[in-house]
Amino acid sequence: MSAVLERPRTASLRRERRWALIWSYVFLVLFAVLFLTPPLYMLVTSLKTSAEISAVTLPWWVFHPTLENYFGLFDSEAYRTFFRNSLVVSLSVVAITMVISILAAFSLSRMRFWGSATLATGVFLTYLIPETLLFIPLFKIFAFVQDWTGIEMMNHWWVLIIVYPTLTVPFCTWIMIGYFASIPKELDEAALIDGASYFQVLTRIFLPVALPGVIAATIFAFTVSWADFLYPMAFTTSVDQMVLPAGIVTTLIKGDVYNWGQIMTAALLGAAPPLLIYAFLMDYYIAGLTAGATKG
Amino acid sequence: MASGIAAEAAAPLPATRRRSTRRRFVRRKSWIAFLMALPLIALIGALVVYPAFYSLYLAMLNKGMEHFVGLGNFSFLFRRDLFWMVVKQSVIFAVSAVIFKALIGFVVAHFVHNIPAKGQRKWRGMLLVPWVIPPAMSTLAWFWLFDPSYSAFNWVLSRIGLHGVPWLGDPLWARFSVILVNVWYGAPFFLIMYLAALKSVPEQLYEAAAIDGANWWQKIWYVTLPMMRNIIAITVLFSLIVTFANFDIVRILTNGGPIDQTHVFATWAFQLGIEGGDLPLGACVSLFMFPILGVAAYFILRDINRRGNEA
Repeated sequence: MSAVLERPRTASLRRERRWALIWSYVFLVLFAVLFLTPPLYMLVTSLKTSAEISAVTLPWWVFHPTLENYFGLFDSEAYRTFFRNSLVVSLSVVAITMVISILAAFSLSRMRFWGSATLATGVFLTYLIPETLLFIPLFKIFAFVQDWTGIEMMNHWWVLIIVYPTLTVPFCTWIMIGYFASIPKELDEAALIDGASYFQVLTRIFLPVALPGVIAATIFAFTVSWADFLYPMAFTTSVDQMVLPAGIVTTLIKGDVYNWGQIMTAALLGAAPPLLIYAFLMDYYIAGLTAGATKG
Repeated sequence: MASGIAAEAAAPLPATRRRSTRRRFVRRKSWIAFLMALPLIALIGALVVYPAFYSLYLAMLNKGMEHFVGLGNFSFLFRRDLFWMVVKQSVIFAVSAVIFKALIGFVVAHFVHNIPAKGQRKWRGMLLVPWVIPPAMSTLAWFWLFDPSYSAFNWVLSRIGLHGVPWLGDPLWARFSVILVNVWYGAPFFLIMYLAALKSVPEQLYEAAAIDGANWWQKIWYVTLPMMRNIIAITVLFSLIVTFANFDIVRILTNGGPIDQTHVFATWAFQLGIEGGDLPLGACVSLFMFPILGVAAYFILRDINRRGNEA
């Protein structure tokens, strides 16, 4: 009896599942096309000559591919400066961020002191304060510091090394607190009893065990400092002090006739480092992304 | 380790001395801990908390920043139509963008979750690309796609017999375009968060629902949504703050135009404060992002406290 009833039901279930699967694929293809159109169009345009861009032909395809735009950019002094500034700034910010946030996360998750729990919550809240709220007061404060100390803060790429950690440190500390908190207490207690110092506990036990977290936080810090647009727009003005996003937008977009081939090439090359990191370290990237909500 | 414990057990210290060394040890430990957190405290104090409060003061100065005008800047703003337009546009921009990001993220997460596990990685990898590209760069690509004379979108539209659209030239279309780009950039983030949440819903719940005769809609409504409630709440909250404070997309696509109709708080504050040289007024405008922040902070703190109590 039950077997008789079972068969048509499982068959219909299976058919239902197959249809669900087909529809899923159809929509996934659709969304993938929507999501990937702008980057692909960047690539297509970057391979075109100016003549082909302004010709009235199919815009979605390259008929005479050329690397002219790429060589043009490699030859451009300004673009190489942007790239170098971006690289130096991002790598320095990553180093500073990781030192500050690992030390702080170790202290907040394991050692505790008066007010440390409040501080941990506070760190998370500061992550919520957007940069768009801070750039104007920071602008004024830098002018202030300049008057007082004589150190020129405005229009120098290294100012970004000072301000970017405000974007990266709170979230990285938060990620690291989550990873450190998941390490069993017995592990560090055992090491302490054996006479290890706190520093040794941190470098010999916590960092190796929480390595995935360290990688995720590093990726986060790099991509955020590479991509930021507001602070360089506000704090740097001359071409030799700019980083990539601000540099491309302010120097390549000018006049009435834009050189779109060059702009798209510049944007694509600017997007390349985060994309490469993502391509090779996707799992860490995603772990860092979801850590904020699932561990909090 | 074993020998250490054994030695301690074999030769116990006198109780009083042990307590005082212990106290000293704890005090020393918390000093070290404080020193380790000090760079963080200094950074956040000097470059986040202080500027945040300083902007309150800054917003109450006159343009030359010589004297205190109290709430003068605020009353000046309240009398300008453009200010109310920016308020409205910021709210429309943030709310509609977040709704569409959340919906698209939710739907696409289900599609990815539906297909066999071994293919999911590939699809997830492709669909997250908009989030990975620095927004300033991808917005340039959109700017080019929207170009008035060479728009690749309009080319497609004209091929299927429709009129070209003035993507950035017309106030209404420009508003639509900035929202579209923001949704494109942010939807993958929701997708990833929801996918992680979907994976954590136990399969048995769906089986139980199926046995009770639930259809797919009832499964989503009574099983998936309640199980994902926390993640949805926190992601929406996060995204609301970030979208509300968005600068890159509007700045690059329209720079507030046409006729200032697409300005949001951040771009208008930038224009007034940095480009226009009126820092106090700019600070004043950006302060209007505080209310949304306050609400978000309230909910997040409540969430943290509740989780703390459950643990």
